[in-house]
Amino acid sequence: MRLSAAEGARLLREGDLLALGRAADAVRRQRFGNTVTFLVDRNINYTNVCVNECRFCAFFRRQGAKDAYLLTTEEILAKVRETVEAGGTQVMIQGGLYPDLGLSYYEEMLRAIKREFPQVVIHSFTATEIQHFARQAGLSVRETLLRLQAAGLDSLPGGGAEILVDRVRQRVSPKKIMTEDWLALMRTAHSIGMESTATMVIGLGETMEERMEHMERIRDLQDETGGFRAFIMWTFQPGHTELAAHGAAAEKVSSWDYMRTLAVARLFFDNIAHIQGSWVTQGERVGQLTLGFGADDAGSIMLEENVVRAAGTRYEMSTRKMAALIRGAGREPAQRDTEYRVLKRF
Amino acid sequence: MTTIARARARAEAGERLSLEDALALYEENDLLFLAACARAAKERASGRSVFYTVNRHINLTNICSSNCPLCAFQVEKGDARGYVLSLEDLDQRLAAAAKVPELSEIHIVSALHPEEPFSYYVDVVRAVRAALPGVEIQAFTPVEIVNFAKMTARPVKSILEELQAAGLDGLPGGGAEIFAERVRRIICPKKATAAEWLETMRSAQALGIRTNASMMYGHVETVRERIEHLLAIRDLQDETGGFQAFLLFPFHPAHTKLGEERQLTRVGAWEDLKMMALSRLVLDNVPHMKAFWVMLTLPIAQLALGFGADDLDGTIGEEKIIHAAGAQTGTGITKARLAAMIREAGYEPVERDARYERMGKAGETA
Repeated sequence: MRLSAAEGARLLREGDLLALGRAADAVRRQRFGNTVTFLVDRNINYTNVCVNECRFCAFFRRQGAKDAYLLTTEEILAKVRETVEAGGTQVMIQGGLYPDLGLSYYEEMLRAIKREFPQVVIHSFTATEIQHFARQAGLSVRETLLRLQAAGLDSLPGGGAEILVDRVRQRVSPKKIMTEDWLALMRTAHSIGMESTATMVIGLGETMEERMEHMERIRDLQDETGGFRAFIMWTFQPGHTELAAHGAAAEKVSSWDYMRTLAVARLFFDNIAHIQGSWVTQGERVGQLTLGFGADDAGSIMLEENVVRAAGTRYEMSTRKMAALIRGAGREPAQRDTEYRVLKRF
Repeated sequence: MTTIARARARAEAGERLSLEDALALYEENDLLFLAACARAAKERASGRSVFYTVNRHINLTNICSSNCPLCAFQVEKGDARGYVLSLEDLDQRLAAAAKVPELSEIHIVSALHPEEPFSYYVDVVRAVRAALPGVEIQAFTPVEIVNFAKMTARPVKSILEELQAAGLDGLPGGGAEIFAERVRRIICPKKATAAEWLETMRSAQALGIRTNASMMYGHVETVRERIEHLLAIRDLQDETGGFQAFLLFPFHPAHTKLGEERQLTRVGAWEDLKMMALSRLVLDNVPHMKAFWVMLTLPIAQLALGFGADDLDGTIGEEKIIHAAGAQTGTGITKARLAAMIREAGYEPVERDARYERMGKAGETA
């Protein structure tokens, strides 16, 4: 029987970590056996200029700031080339909300990549960015997505969801898109055959009920569209951010809380196949342990991740090391593509 | 019944595990099953309590005649990085320690200095005792004790008696590494042998000196050698009952000769927690299992509370030996933080003294 949000909140508060972990692991094993997948990709942050100035972000700069930047198409192509040479299959292009770039900048970027590297999957732009592009261009979200899709955008990462409860969003990112906008955008993307992942950021001062409300909104939409490939759970990184400085979310989410929430997510999402722990925010030690608490995917070996690195977390990961960590958990490592098809076993 | 079925049944029932049982459980790799059994064993041993203490580490010298390939801390005599803590410097450190509220333990572990006379170490213990009358002095691993005995050509018992008379309360459990002779020849060829380590502990326990035991894993040993190591500790404990706590030291290869020569990497957190649970299950007669956060990192130490650990060790002012081998953990932590981690895991934080008796109300001063 399906877990209710209320039951989920109770488990997040009082559930026994080991019992939840064992139940979540049993579900994972039934679906994926002994295989643990990972992706090799590169994050390309095309700009750090952002009009949003979110309190939890350590990455953004104001336009005209000394260390503000905007990458040219040539610079982006060079990074894609390096990705391909390093065995990467996907690029995740994300950036700040640049104040005055037309949609053509993004279309040209996508076309150029597809022209030179047709084999590379472009899994790019958060919901917040897409909405920003649409506003700048005076287009609907649907038209914007169709044009980006025509230019080569394959799928959407699930970032920017944070916690899909406006009370929390008003406090931590008042200028980012609100809950209904995020969900509507994902619904639209799924409706044109553009699949995505979904994410959650915990540690933003949200209640357990709010975590479950977030998960329920995603599960409900998944019932409707089936377009979410995976659910990924991050933690808020308090280093260097205004939100941390103001004490709004000063304590880092503990490993205990992280594992318990991850296990509940696996049990709650009976309609999302893949559950991914965040090795980037948790580090490889906790990351490896997520494989025992319901995660079937280890995320990606990222060749570049400026956003997370700026907040004081930096974990380097190579294919060999990733495979060794997965084997160290007694599982069989496999490199996958964006659609979770196994490409290579180790 | 298959070997693994029997092993699982025994682990679940809290019955004593054999070498074959432990090997089968290791091989099966059902991590959270091991955790559940180990946690039940912990709760049988110490109920809802999880302990921590306010302690300070002092490393008297890093100049060592043992030159163990596993070590990143030691230097040879004449090396510019070498130091010996003078009694004057020690006094300063002790004056600082005296101001630490509710300090309960001074932990002293050092290199095997080739020339420093035994009287220096006795003077150190005396100085600590004089400066911190109520504080537990946990000092000198059996490896150091054996070294003192060799240097002075005196029996271990007489060395222990003199130190005890000067104020020594307990021996830390370090230096056990892996007892197998094959392994010791590779990782620490000049160190005290397994027999010497165990015999020193037996002597200390007979004198009423509190002791801990340990194992260092994740280098060149086999899983069987790990389990045999645990069984040797269990056997001695059956005889004496003198070990209070067991500690696991995952090998930190950075900056060590052993790590460089054999291209070793630090084992993962999965292995750490698996060994935690398995050790709790095999060592059914040792009261406490420490999750040493300096080794494990705080997030993993907290999770270890679900894998049979019941002691987060201490606040630790400064620790040099493990950090020399590349541990990235901070060098100290507040009581409030330790207590909060324990509460979140569903247990009751207990600030303990050296006898595992409750000190004050947990987390009150931080």
